[in-house]
Amino acid sequence: MNSAPDIDRISQPAAHVRALLEDVTDPEIPVLTIGDLGIVRDVTLDEAGAVTVTITPTYSGCPAMTVIEVAIRDRLMRAGFEAISVKTVLAPAWTTDWLSDAGRTKLEAYGIAPPVGSAGGRGALFSDDPVVRCPKCGAGETEKISEFGSTACKAHYRCRACDEPFDYFKCL
Amino acid sequence: MAESETIAAPTPAHEAQMQASLIDYLLYLGDSNLILSHRLSEWCGHGPVLEEDIALTNIALDLIGQARLLLACAGEMEGQGRTEDTLAYKRDVTEFRNLLLVEEPNGDFAVTITRQFLFSAWGYELFSWLTHSKDAGLAAIAAKSLKEVTYHRRHAGEWMIRLGDGTAESKTRVQAALDDLWIFTDEMFQGLPSDAALIDAGIIPDPDSLRPGWDAMVDRVLVEAMLSKPAPDFRRDGGRLGRHSEALGFILADMQFLPRAYPDASW
Repeated sequence: MNSAPDIDRISQPAAHVRALLEDVTDPEIPVLTIGDLGIVRDVTLDEAGAVTVTITPTYSGCPAMTVIEVAIRDRLMRAGFEAISVKTVLAPAWTTDWLSDAGRTKLEAYGIAPPVGSAGGRGALFSDDPVVRCPKCGAGETEKISEFGSTACKAHYRCRACDEPFDYFKCL
Repeated sequence: MAESETIAAPTPAHEAQMQASLIDYLLYLGDSNLILSHRLSEWCGHGPVLEEDIALTNIALDLIGQARLLLACAGEMEGQGRTEDTLAYKRDVTEFRNLLLVEEPNGDFAVTITRQFLFSAWGYELFSWLTHSKDAGLAAIAAKSLKEVTYHRRHAGEWMIRLGDGTAESKTRVQAALDDLWIFTDEMFQGLPSDAALIDAGIIPDPDSLRPGWDAMVDRVLVEAMLSKPAPDFRRDGGRLGRHSEALGFILADMQFLPRAYPDASW
């Protein structure tokens, strides 16, 4: 477990907290940290050492957000913080554009195709969706089976080269 | 107003009225999402194919997320301690403000997907406008909802085309669904007198202004789906005034049973 050895809690308190939060992962996709997801919007501490972590939800109905909030509190409590506040902000709206490069690589290694291209403009029907490469064999001959996969944030795809099904993390 | 008159600053009574109107509007949007979400959840385990079972329930999840945000916003603005849960589970039929369209029974898949298409096409126009609302809270909710509703509209629209331009049976069923549900569509473009002040303040759109965009999308899909656009001389409305069909009573009995039977329960 990362115990943030290189970031001094006294001189760089916010950075220290952010490093601790690297242990908090998405409960559905445990290879991704909340930092990879880009949902940690701010970390502040007051003079008394009370910490406030501000997060933003991915999808409106994402049930993982409650679990993530609990996990943040738990991680900070175990690091010795007593006064912990987790706030949620809606604006600016979360977008898959905030997924880190490291996060995209981890997704692919885990077997989930990362979002292709930047978010926005998915309104056209039967539109030319960008090519999604199979995370297992790398082929581009893939097809969408359903817009909604195992979770609201993912679509269900199939690779016509290796015949494997896989999830695709949709652009939002 | 004569040019020599100065515009008076809003009185406290006026502000209070505006706030009451906005709360009512938030309940309208929140309730519409909540009730439709509940209807979609009724498909869980009964979808025609597994992928649609999952799709409809995921859309329900998005909608209930949006409903939570809207109802929580209304409760906070009201400042009387009502939360998203109190509003969802402790109000009775005449206090609900949802569109009549969303309380209609699911019917077959064609009815459900037609209802979804008509609703999501409206949601797309509505949330596109609301991202520019002068109320920052509502604009923030709209920005998130728009992203999700864009996928709902695409999913439902593609299905309209598959069904309309499908087999003789699918075409019959989706045309019948369209013919039955069309009488509920005008309500999406109606407002209440209390909306006027909110429209003037740039907080909500003139509901009728959403119609051209909706018409354009619906027309395009109906043409490609080879379906005819209904033209009934009858329409149903009244949801925002708490005048609902008997269906809503059954929905609430199902949805509200648990918290009403065990009021002190907590997770």
